[in-house]
Amino acid sequence: MTISAPEATTTKLENTGQLGYKKHTDGGWGLVPIQTRSERFASTNVEDFPAVTGREAVWKLTPIDRVADLIDGQLDGGEYAIDATLVNDVDVSWVDRTDARIGTAGTPEERASANAWTQFDKALAITVSGEEPKTVRVRRSELGTSPRAAHVLLEAKPFSTGLVILANAGQARLTENVEIIVGEGANLTVVTVQQWDDDAAHLASHFTTVGRDARVKHVVVTLGGSVVRVNPSTHLNAQGGEVEALGLYFADAGQHLEQQVYVDHDAPHTRSRVTYKGALQGEGARTVWIGDVLIRQSATGTDSYEQNRNLVLTDGTRADSVPNLEIETGDIAGAGHASATGRFDDEQLFYLQARGITEEEARRLVVRGFLTEIVQQIGDAELQERLEIAIEEELNGTNLSTDGR
Amino acid sequence: MAVLEIRDLHVSVETDQGSKPILRGVDLTIRKGETHAIMGPNGSGKSTLAYTIAGHPKYTVNSGSITLDGQDVLAMTVDERARAGLFLAMQYPVEIPGVTVTNFLRTAKTAIDGEAPPIRHWIKDVKSSMKNLRMDSTFAERNVNEGFSGGEKKRHEILQLELLKPTFAVLDETDSGLDVDALKIVSEGVNRAKENTNLGVLLITHYTRILRYIKPDFVHVFVDGRIAEEGGPELADRLEDEGYDRFLVGEATA
Repeated sequence: MTISAPEATTTKLENTGQLGYKKHTDGGWGLVPIQTRSERFASTNVEDFPAVTGREAVWKLTPIDRVADLIDGQLDGGEYAIDATLVNDVDVSWVDRTDARIGTAGTPEERASANAWTQFDKALAITVSGEEPKTVRVRRSELGTSPRAAHVLLEAKPFSTGLVILANAGQARLTENVEIIVGEGANLTVVTVQQWDDDAAHLASHFTTVGRDARVKHVVVTLGGSVVRVNPSTHLNAQGGEVEALGLYFADAGQHLEQQVYVDHDAPHTRSRVTYKGALQGEGARTVWIGDVLIRQSATGTDSYEQNRNLVLTDGTRADSVPNLEIETGDIAGAGHASATGRFDDEQLFYLQARGITEEEARRLVVRGFLTEIVQQIGDAELQERLEIAIEEELNGTNLSTDGR
Repeated sequence: MAVLEIRDLHVSVETDQGSKPILRGVDLTIRKGETHAIMGPNGSGKSTLAYTIAGHPKYTVNSGSITLDGQDVLAMTVDERARAGLFLAMQYPVEIPGVTVTNFLRTAKTAIDGEAPPIRHWIKDVKSSMKNLRMDSTFAERNVNEGFSGGEKKRHEILQLELLKPTFAVLDETDSGLDVDALKIVSEGVNRAKENTNLGVLLITHYTRILRYIKPDFVHVFVDGRIAEEGGPELADRLEDEGYDRFLVGEATA
């Protein structure tokens, strides 16, 4: 083998006016990929985003052809039917685009999110006040099959406590933004449950901003739908803020379930815990988890940990798991990440079988337990029970005794 | 009278360097109600024997037999062995995330008995067994072995032994890592099971310490994958004084 030097080429110097100053060429490759998560382009106007090619960081693992109508198309941005429980100290109402809170928690970073922002007409506002713990359930199940834009505002007033469940079912072609504003000292849990019909598509961006010493628990549960992508980002921009981001997904044949989780530590002594767990079964079952954690220079004394675990139940599935950790200060209490995707743990199966439990039932117990770990942390008995039944139904569709080995 | 018979058992384990023989011809007969102690230095194959009886897939039986009342144990799956009446108290019980102790115990009991236990009886049994083992009632709602201390894991193993009521139990170094109080509690549990169900016990241990609380009828010294010497309880006393050196000298010069 011979190695020859590349032919000499003449470089044309840019005429920049200042002697010796020339823009770095970056090896002549043109655009430099964005290096830090915080520098992503953001805009509320869909026209500001170029056409999606599928090569963008935010789209490269998503089947864009299955959601093209949500990325580019005309959307219905009006009110839709909801079913909400009436609870003291919780207001659920429709507000105009001009509501002062809109745009305070975040700005779209991709085209489908901006498309929803540009076209929504009314926002659903859920406002939680009062220090007593309470649970509010908002159910959407009649969104229909025409493409729709939605905007949800979820505000926890300072020092309030509450648990908000957004339950999604039925048909949908939905792109939406959810703004979550957690006031100073508030303690809010938000659970979004996707149990859509088999052919539904749903793209959601959640933007959470967390006030001083406030705590938010954010849970994403996705079981049903053809393409479901929920991207929660949390901005810890006040001292002592804390987020616990949990996720649970179960993908069957042909389903694409995705979540891109972003935690932005932007103030001292903030804390984050991210735990997402998924199971996959059947030909073409696909899941994506991208976990970005950014610890800015301003965020001294932070403590963060993110992890993703996937349990692969059959052949023909694919799980992408991409943890990214960006740290700009040396003064942190802790930062870690973990990711694991695998089949059953043989030692767990042996332990259960050694107690007389059949292999099939042992596998069922392990999967159920694996996912229940997230369910157990939701804090609402009714929903937990409903989810455990739903997981059971998913498992009944699997033949776990032949997991492809 | 139920009997567990092990005949000329040869077992190897698969390693990266190929198949490695561990057991080299083990003969052992245990009758119901009897307690046999298997003692030996580290690496002599004691745990391999325990896991082979339970049917762990890591170990390959090359020759020999294990029978339970004449039935071929080696032909049974792991869960069939448990349902046939064999129990292994593990040295390192694994965590099962998301599966509570309550759920696990009920599922195991149902599997072993072939039917769900009558609910009121069962709750009472679980409570009293837990109390006997000085286990806090909050224990039942924790996930299996998750965040358990070493002592809690061992007590949980013995709790299962008491509730599942096997015919024969293999205790794999149940004494290791226990302080004296925990050791007494665990030993009392084993003795209760012996008394209540006339359990046959194969007690695997490195130390003689546990034999002060669980009295063996027979002691077998395990060296290099086979039984090097057998005797009554007095053999344990001798080992306490002399250690295993006597057996290892021959090894070194061989």
